[in-house]
Amino acid sequence: MRAALLVETRKITSTRMWWLLLVVMAGYMALLAAGLAWALTQADAALGATDGPAEPLTPDAVVRSVYTIAVSLGYVFPLLIGGLSYPSEVRHQTITPTYLFEPRRSVVLAAKLTTGGAVGVLFGLVGTLTCVLAGGGVLAALGEPTMLGEPGTWRTIALSALALTVWALVGVALGSVLTNQVAVVVVVLAFTQLVEPVIRLVLGLTSWGADLAAYLPGAAGEAISGGSLYSASGVGGDLLEWWQGLLVLIGYVAVLATVGRLTTLRRDVT
Amino acid sequence: MTSTAAADRSVRVDHLTKIFGSGTTAVRAVDDLSFEVGPGRVTGFLGPNGAGKTTTLRSLLGLVRPTSGGATIGGRRYDELERPAAVVGAALEAASFHPGRSARDHLRVYAPQVGVPDRRADDVLELVGLAPAADRRVGGFSLGMRQRLALATTLLADPPVLLLDEPANGLDPEGIAWLRGFLRSLAAQGRTVLVSSHVLPEVEQTVDDVVIVAHGRLVHASPLADLHRLARRRVRVASPDHAGLDALVHRAGWATAGPDAGAPPGDLVVLDQDAATVGAAAFEAGLVLHHLSGQDGSLEDVFLALTRPAPDGTVA
Ligand SMILES: Nc1ncnc2c1ncn2[C@@H]1O[C@H](COP(=O)(O)OP(=O)(O)O)[C@@H](O)[C@H]1O
Ligand SMILES: [Mg+2]
Repeated sequence: MRAALLVETRKITSTRMWWLLLVVMAGYMALLAAGLAWALTQADAALGATDGPAEPLTPDAVVRSVYTIAVSLGYVFPLLIGGLSYPSEVRHQTITPTYLFEPRRSVVLAAKLTTGGAVGVLFGLVGTLTCVLAGGGVLAALGEPTMLGEPGTWRTIALSALALTVWALVGVALGSVLTNQVAVVVVVLAFTQLVEPVIRLVLGLTSWGADLAAYLPGAAGEAISGGSLYSASGVGGDLLEWWQGLLVLIGYVAVLATVGRLTTLRRDVT
Repeated sequence: MTSTAAADRSVRVDHLTKIFGSGTTAVRAVDDLSFEVGPGRVTGFLGPNGAGKTTTLRSLLGLVRPTSGGATIGGRRYDELERPAAVVGAALEAASFHPGRSARDHLRVYAPQVGVPDRRADDVLELVGLAPAADRRVGGFSLGMRQRLALATTLLADPPVLLLDEPANGLDPEGIAWLRGFLRSLAAQGRTVLVSSHVLPEVEQTVDDVVIVAHGRLVHASPLADLHRLARRRVRVASPDHAGLDALVHRAGWATAGPDAGAPPGDLVVLDQDAATVGAAAFEAGLVLHHLSGQDGSLEDVFLALTRPAPDGTVA
């Protein structure tokens, strides 16, 4: 297993995909966090709104949304880097040497999940800290509270990194089921950017639906960090407790990885 | 090389059958195939495209699950071997490289699983003549360079058994000559070397033994020398009197083959006779001949005859 872990790590670090995605994620998160920090604190004033929102967000709610924007809108990056783990091997047929050097396919899957988790930690930390830097920077510049002295804020930040880590695992597990690279990218983008948001909106319209919506993967991920763009904007209903969200998301990993092991991974490699 | 008993190096395919798909689309890729490959020799695994060579090798390597029967290395299934890639070095037809990885990184990725240090990557690149390209991305490699890198991958752990699927594909004549010497030296060190090819001449000067398959079935297995004995003598003969020549062939009951490529129409090839016999018979029949030449049969013809489907659809 130790060798398998080293092998999987080297597969990731010997190509450029990981840092390209990481750089894009950091840039995108910085923009979103800065923009959101400004919008949540200044938009009303800037637009000269007279009626304004019913009640302004508390500083705590503001930083929670800003610092965890990566969990709401950036989880597609760890999901993708994890999601390409299997499909890229199938695409380039390196799955053949991979199974020649390690015929125990469960070991390969376990190694991919473990290294996927490690990469997820990296994406989680970079993604979240970029939000803190950019979003916190804007808040500080505007003279708004950054709440960085509060232990609760740092707990939120840590949980945001944790949520993103689990997303990478969801990716690896998804890729073990769906081994076509293009299919994974399409499914990931369609589901995260369109399908889940729409379902959450629609389900949020009814009370029973809102309960159900909390178990969707995106909502479960947001529950881990406790900050939700959807909740902050008043749609999509309530979230689970952070640990419930964690269990739900890990549940997706377990189900997908099991399905992958029993179907795709048993197939002939030709 | 690790000192393993000879028995541990022999490769055995035992009543292997592999059917892909099911129902009307089922393909019987390998059909009750059995053969054995011994150490210290280069064995050619030959057959036309689609004969089932790659499927057989993939079954041996645990990549494809046989429908029935099986295959072993030193008496054990591939996935039962401890550190299998240290026992069997395998390069499969498809070029299995990530285009964004350098040649050295490709090798270093897998090194931990066979327990060799990273610098072994440079050693094997040197062995196959790829050292100057070690830092280049594989995406820019020619087919010949990929073949060399695939070979380097098989040698990472210095294994006693080598299974190479169409290793000469894409090599230039110089590369083929190099490969020939390389494979011979590997066998001379006592290794088991199995090389597949769909063209016999490519490996004719490399192999000691041949295993020939067609349509998933074994059609011939023997030392290469024995294959020569199957070669049929040929006599090329031409006469301006086509009808007379045809009548003579018919009367004498000679077997014929189609004319050689490029030969003028009307030329005939008589099998299993020598030129003197054919010439004498023509003289007796008062037939004018414009051409008469005898040749020893080529191995390629033997190979083609062995693997050509018979008129009833079965293999000769
Ligand atoms: N994954 C697969 N699904 C269906 N048919 C296959 C598959 N792989 C190989 N075949 C078929 O099996 C036969 C043998 O193929 P192969 O082993 O690649 O032959 P060779 O290597 O001798 O050219 C061919 O008819 C091929 O089309
Ligand atoms: Mg083949």
